Amino acid sequence: MYNDVVYFALNYRGVLMNLSFSKEDQEFQQEVRSFIEQNYPSEIKEKQDQGIPLSKEDTVKWHKILNDKGWLAVNWPEELGGTGWTITQKHIFQNELAAANTPTLMPFGVNMCGPVIYTFGSDEQKEFHLPKILNGDIWWCQGYSEPGSGSDLASLKTKAEKKGDVYVVNGAKTWTTLAQHADWIFCLVRTDGSGKKQEGISFLLIDMKTPGVEVKPIITIDGTHEVNMVYFDNVEVPVTNLVGEEGFGWSIAKFLLAHERTGIAGIPSLKRELDRLRDITTQIQVGEGSLKDDAMFMSKLDRLEIKLTAAEYTELRTLAAMSAGGHPGPESSILKILGTDLQQELSDLFVEAVGYYAHPFMTEEDLASNESRIGPDFAAPVMPHYLNYRKVSIYGGSNEIQRNVIAKAVLGL
Amino acid sequence: MDFSLTEEQQLLQDSINQFIEREYTFDDRKKFLDSEKGFNEENWKTFGSLGWLGMPFSEDDGGYNGGPVDVMVIMENLGKGLIVEPYVPSILLSGKILADLGSDDQKSNYLHPMISGEKIISFAYIEPQSRFNLSDCLTKATVSDDGYVLDGYKALVHNASASDTLIVSARTSGNQCDEKGISLFLVDANAKGVSLRNYSTIDGGKASELTLENVTVSKDSLLGEIDEGFSTIDNAIDLATLGICAEAVGIMGKMNEMTLEYTKTREQFEQKLSQFQALQHRMVDNFMHYEQSKSLLVMCAAKMNDNTEDKKKALASLKYQIGLSGKHIGEESIQLHGGMGVTDEMHIGHYFKRLTTIRTLYGNSDYHLSNYASL
Repeated sequence: MYNDVVYFALNYRGVLMNLSFSKEDQEFQQEVRSFIEQNYPSEIKEKQDQGIPLSKEDTVKWHKILNDKGWLAVNWPEELGGTGWTITQKHIFQNELAAANTPTLMPFGVNMCGPVIYTFGSDEQKEFHLPKILNGDIWWCQGYSEPGSGSDLASLKTKAEKKGDVYVVNGAKTWTTLAQHADWIFCLVRTDGSGKKQEGISFLLIDMKTPGVEVKPIITIDGTHEVNMVYFDNVEVPVTNLVGEEGFGWSIAKFLLAHERTGIAGIPSLKRELDRLRDITTQIQVGEGSLKDDAMFMSKLDRLEIKLTAAEYTELRTLAAMSAGGHPGPESSILKILGTDLQQELSDLFVEAVGYYAHPFMTEEDLASNESRIGPDFAAPVMPHYLNYRKVSIYGGSNEIQRNVIAKAVLGL
Repeated sequence: MDFSLTEEQQLLQDSINQFIEREYTFDDRKKFLDSEKGFNEENWKTFGSLGWLGMPFSEDDGGYNGGPVDVMVIMENLGKGLIVEPYVPSILLSGKILADLGSDDQKSNYLHPMISGEKIISFAYIEPQSRFNLSDCLTKATVSDDGYVLDGYKALVHNASASDTLIVSARTSGNQCDEKGISLFLVDANAKGVSLRNYSTIDGGKASELTLENVTVSKDSLLGEIDEGFSTIDNAIDLATLGICAEAVGIMGKMNEMTLEYTKTREQFEQKLSQFQALQHRMVDNFMHYEQSKSLLVMCAAKMNDNTEDKKKALASLKYQIGLSGKHIGEESIQLHGGMGVTDEMHIGHYFKRLTTIRTLYGNSDYHLSNYASL
């Protein structure tokens, strides 16, 4: 009855899944490690390690260092400046960068606008923008959300009317990260108000210096200026700045959501920060011992570490499935939820760890100043970080939206 | 890195699923449970002839050289079918002990007939006070003229009533919780002084409380060296822990499937339950619990042959997670089934009961979390 299994009963040999790095991978890891050692500027490293906010110049400097090495646009096609690395190599690379605490690069150019342009853009757009994205000469920001369009992004109202060889853009974008430093913005705009709301959306590239563009800061609860309102008042944008066809914007937005989302969980940085917190527990005095002796607190760390391991292997399984030809798709939604949960839980444990010294209000200027901090150095950035990281379960498609995506795309509900 | 199953492992998986589909409907299962031994001996022989029972053993022992990944594949799929045949207690525990310590004679008398499906051997090691501590052993074995004399009490000996022979752990030296001083003996279940109080377990299994009163066993009943049984017990429990975690992952996957199916069928307020967002998000959380458990299972299976600390850490992570996710998925699945979830008629409750016992078996989440912390 079960003849099909005779074959295996006669020939069976146990095989172990191979989760270890090959000799080549280990050599690659060494190469990345020594590159970072030799090229990571010490003044930036110092700021990073002390939790001092980086300037735009710092970030651009590291961006250029990676680009000169050819290690910036890791996921781009090789002929356009990508690396051609395997999934395992990319995993190693991200882990090494995070372990060394190198600056987080702005994703808007390299990870978002770049892939859109090389996939859907015109030859002129590719020629003009791709080199500038790579060498860091142009900083991008993302114009998606609007005051009336948050999770329901497709309801966006910023209007682009075609008049001759320009689009006249009117409306407002919000939550625009680092728009105050950006040279260009890629926007979802409405080119057609009739029909299905998704079908009238287009993808437009806008130079921030164009008359009628105005940026106003939004100060968040951590006291920082990270996000902005961007207003468009009769802004004239050349029609050649349209990416793809009119009405194709929603498809591009969906492409972006599914594309380049691996790594969204931020697992390598979580590992580094968890290790740092373990180290900090030995430095926080409690009575005659340290916080490390507090079994209840340490148990929370252990639980978080196990959850992190589960997320890490979920990411690796997803990457492995992708390298075997699958698509990331809805799995990136799981990783987004798991990763941001972990980021928030960890930020809370830092606050818990430092106790009262989370209370002094530290502005960005305070953190950057030479004056000695109130309480231990490691305590100062903890509360602003906790407050700032309320955003991670809200942005990039809120975690409720991610659950809707999984319910529909994975569970078939 | 490669997470995929080999062609042979795929085939193994297919054959188990085929068996469940053809031979193991819920009605069949109920008949097996209601029988005296609590499982079906024909099934057990089929498992033997299909090579499943021999999978974790070397070719020299009559097995197929399977590794932890193969054990994982078998147990995950047996879990989906809620199989009651004693794969874990007999093969992964007693079998593993016999393979590690058995002399040629002991192997040919006990291990080989077990692999071919003719014999069940139970392992008696839990004591009322030992909870999850494997080195806590009060049952005593003292040297006599022609062998040893055993006295003591063992709790929750799975499938003892179906076993002709038991493996019993007993203290031959040292104090109550010392690792050194524990020895392992083969004991005839019908020997004088052996008494079993048999009962059913809540998950459909069979177990016994075992009393040993002045039980005489021969010199050649000793397995391995005197006083040196602990590390073998520890290793066997590790493999069995991987086994029941894989079983739990199979069960959780099946429970999620059944819950989705149910909510897509059941209507309230003129719409399917599956259309309520409050319920959709809960099913997504169940799904994420499943994925996290599966990820740690795969990691652990791959690390079972690593150095001891890595292996122990992986096992502690996995069993902790299974305890956590088992509770979450188990309780949520019942809730999402509404009143039907608590009826004996629906299958979901039977999966729930097995999953719930697995949460405690070989150490609950707290126990494994504290193991993790100590590593």
